[in-house]
Amino acid sequence: MNVSSSRRGFFKGAAASAAAVLVIGVAPSGVIAAANSAETTMLNPFVKIAADGTITAIAKHFEMGQGPSTGLTTLIAEELGVSMDAIEYEFAPSNPKLYNNTAFGPVQGTGGSTAMFNSFKQYRQAGAAAREVLLQAASLAWDVPAAQLKLEDGVISGDGNKAPIGEFVAAASKLTAPENPRLKDPSEFKLIGNANVRRKDTPPKINGTAKYAMDIQLDNQMVVTIKRATRKGATVTSFDDSAAKDVKGFIRAATLPNKAGVAVYAENTWASLQAREALEVTWDNSAAESRSSEDVYKELMAALNTAPEYNLTKNDQAEIADAIENADKVVEETFYFPLLAHAPMEPLTCTIEATEDGGVILHDGCQMPTSPHAAIAQILQVPMDKVQVNTMFAGGSFGRRATPTVDYQVEAALSFVMTDRRRPVKLVWSREDDITGGYYRPAFAHKVRVGLDADGNIAGWDHRVAGQSISKGTPFEAFSVHDGVDHLSVEGVTPTQYSIPGMFAGLTDIKPATTVLWWRSVGHTHTAYVMEAMMDAVATAAGRDPVEFRLAHLAGDTPDQKRLTGVLKLAAEKSNWGKGAEGRSQGVAVHKSFGSYVAEVVEISGDAENGVKIEKVTCAVDCGIPVNPDVIKAQMEGGIGYGLGHAMRDEITLENGEVIQQNFPDYEPLRIGDIGEIETHIVLSTQAPTGVGEPGTPPSAPALANAIAAKGPRVTELPMTKVGINFA
Amino acid sequence: MAISLKLNGETHKVDAEPGTPLLWVIRDELKLTGTKFGCGVASCGACTVHMDGEPVRSCQTFIEDVEDSEITTIEGLKSTPAQAVQQAWTELDVVQCGYCQSGQIMSAVGLLSENAKPTLEEIDDYMDGNACRCATYQRIRSAIVRASEIMEA
Ligand code: FES
Ligand code: FES
Repeated sequence: MNVSSSRRGFFKGAAASAAAVLVIGVAPSGVIAAANSAETTMLNPFVKIAADGTITAIAKHFEMGQGPSTGLTTLIAEELGVSMDAIEYEFAPSNPKLYNNTAFGPVQGTGGSTAMFNSFKQYRQAGAAAREVLLQAASLAWDVPAAQLKLEDGVISGDGNKAPIGEFVAAASKLTAPENPRLKDPSEFKLIGNANVRRKDTPPKINGTAKYAMDIQLDNQMVVTIKRATRKGATVTSFDDSAAKDVKGFIRAATLPNKAGVAVYAENTWASLQAREALEVTWDNSAAESRSSEDVYKELMAALNTAPEYNLTKNDQAEIADAIENADKVVEETFYFPLLAHAPMEPLTCTIEATEDGGVILHDGCQMPTSPHAAIAQILQVPMDKVQVNTMFAGGSFGRRATPTVDYQVEAALSFVMTDRRRPVKLVWSREDDITGGYYRPAFAHKVRVGLDADGNIAGWDHRVAGQSISKGTPFEAFSVHDGVDHLSVEGVTPTQYSIPGMFAGLTDIKPATTVLWWRSVGHTHTAYVMEAMMDAVATAAGRDPVEFRLAHLAGDTPDQKRLTGVLKLAAEKSNWGKGAEGRSQGVAVHKSFGSYVAEVVEISGDAENGVKIEKVTCAVDCGIPVNPDVIKAQMEGGIGYGLGHAMRDEITLENGEVIQQNFPDYEPLRIGDIGEIETHIVLSTQAPTGVGEPGTPPSAPALANAIAAKGPRVTELPMTKVGINFA
Repeated sequence: MAISLKLNGETHKVDAEPGTPLLWVIRDELKLTGTKFGCGVASCGACTVHMDGEPVRSCQTFIEDVEDSEITTIEGLKSTPAQAVQQAWTELDVVQCGYCQSGQIMSAVGLLSENAKPTLEEIDDYMDGNACRCATYQRIRSAIVRASEIMEA
């Protein structure tokens, strides 16, 4: 097998170009599949109607479980005037001109809990515009002024006429859609805010028919698994596949053009896994990472105890240190957060197949179509308009499917480019590949010193943060790094919504030990923990109730403080704060992230020594207008479970650069018996909708830690099991 | 080796080496993709199928051991408990990403087939091996209780 040096060359180019796309954007001349065929009509990029009246919403956000297949469809159905049963959905093709995330600029993609936030107006307008052209078409056909017609449940009627919308689709498609169609007043909503709206993706997901990228079975496809270096930075020197050749179904092995691993091609998944097992690879470890987690830990602690690299606040640090020194009481804590893997339930996978016109299709649970689209075009030297992205259901992501380097899609493209392109190539990751594969939530450490005056008020707050930046060196640097500070390292500390007089905060970056990535709620995974554990510790030192103490520091007039106060009071009320059952302890946390406000009260029984049992979590969320209340509840449940499970017992550790954990037995997922009950209350807001996929996660772990601290130790290092907390 | 596999009421002739997990025969040979690959080491339950009516992890069940058994996958579910479970899963919108849910449903049907009225503790015990990274556990538990009610009605 020959890999020409030019191909080797353009691998580098591919990563760079995928990078460029995210920053400056390219406008591939993608076309809408199936547009304007005889049977179906695109009334606009988001609404397709068949002559038989079947309506399809085009979802620009992928479905990883967070609910946009229901949410975006709800917005169209609401304004169009049809029931949820009368509308289907499909995922948009890759075309950032039409389907960009308006929160991301020219990039099509899902993340940052923005799906509803950036689509709320756009999708309602699309539904309303479709409604108005249909009414106009009916008005022309019946010679009745449009104002006298109404569209309800898919039927247009007025002035003695009545007909289903299907009859007007062809005529409507020739009319010019209004630019500013009338949107419903919230008082007219029938579906938005309706807790009885059911998920659109339930039926295929309970009978095995839902198709994920892992389920691609194309005629004649090859399955590729990749033997990767166990240490970051190691490269392939050579390999011996003589034992692999004994595996039935093995086709061949080939070193990836970037030497990051050896691709093992086989007739099916099992053969590829077996052959990979039998493959012997010699690695060049000269540039490989060799640090262990203890080294990283020491580096983080050292960084906390020296002057910070970046000052995050304008306040004079010496003055604040003085105020703390002279305070009545000082509370000081040092926190450590380990590396964490995302471990979505569906291991990473995607498939590339050639089309007859010289193009390719990527089948993928694709989170950011714009990036792999460009990377694949570059690696395969196929024009942008000949690359199609078939977005499929994703079996979870939690951030993992959106790497700035487009990691797994690039692996698939590199595996495909080394073939004659006649057979589709399906790249499959095993769970071990996933757990050891990098792109972790970075390890972070915080050190906080707080002074209290004689009245129990905060006199000074000195906050140091150290960790590995997620954005630096990636295309996202331009978005989230300002004056050297990666916002993703400190969001939640600066800014904090608490009124804290005399706060100093500083950040020190540590050098990369592995690849890191956003992990459900990103920086808030550690910043919320520290802020909320500290507020608790300080309240306790001041002899004040943790809820009252927080409210006192949220007493200002800003909308943020008012909304945080709202959820905090609601969670306190619904959890019977302060009146927990005999033998139980409660802990509280409240945090704003991704534009949403969430308070949680965790109630536990037992104790650290004999086993803590999480009996109940009471959650209050304010995410603006609640579009799909039941989906919001589900996301709170899921976000809480995700936060608690990892805080309880998960970490990724390195030994001489190698990841120790391999699979679920040593990266133990939350299990059904871990949490007794989760009860979610939604604030009835009229503000524009904000995110729900991530905001449930940040308060969960600190609320648990605060419940444990109520009668036991204050946990400042995660996971909890590692520092002696047992769970029942 | 040639094996005859009784799956979802039909007999299939498959060619697989001894030691091949049933999971990969179901997915890659028979192209029935409702049964999922999650871990390969019997610790997530995504690959759960029924072997003579009992839930087993197909990633650690080997093809040579199933020849005399009836295998049922999510695609072949039709028992009364199965219908109740699927109805309850629909009523409560249990799913999120959905990737674990075939396995959850196969286990839940297994539970209700042997114990029509499980307690919450029995549910937690029985379902312990089925991981859900989206943490839909609370709804899984409620849906099993609901399915049990549907069966009783
Ligand atoms: S894939 Fe079989 S238990 Fe996880
Ligand atoms: S629904 Fe996503 S893993 Fe269970």
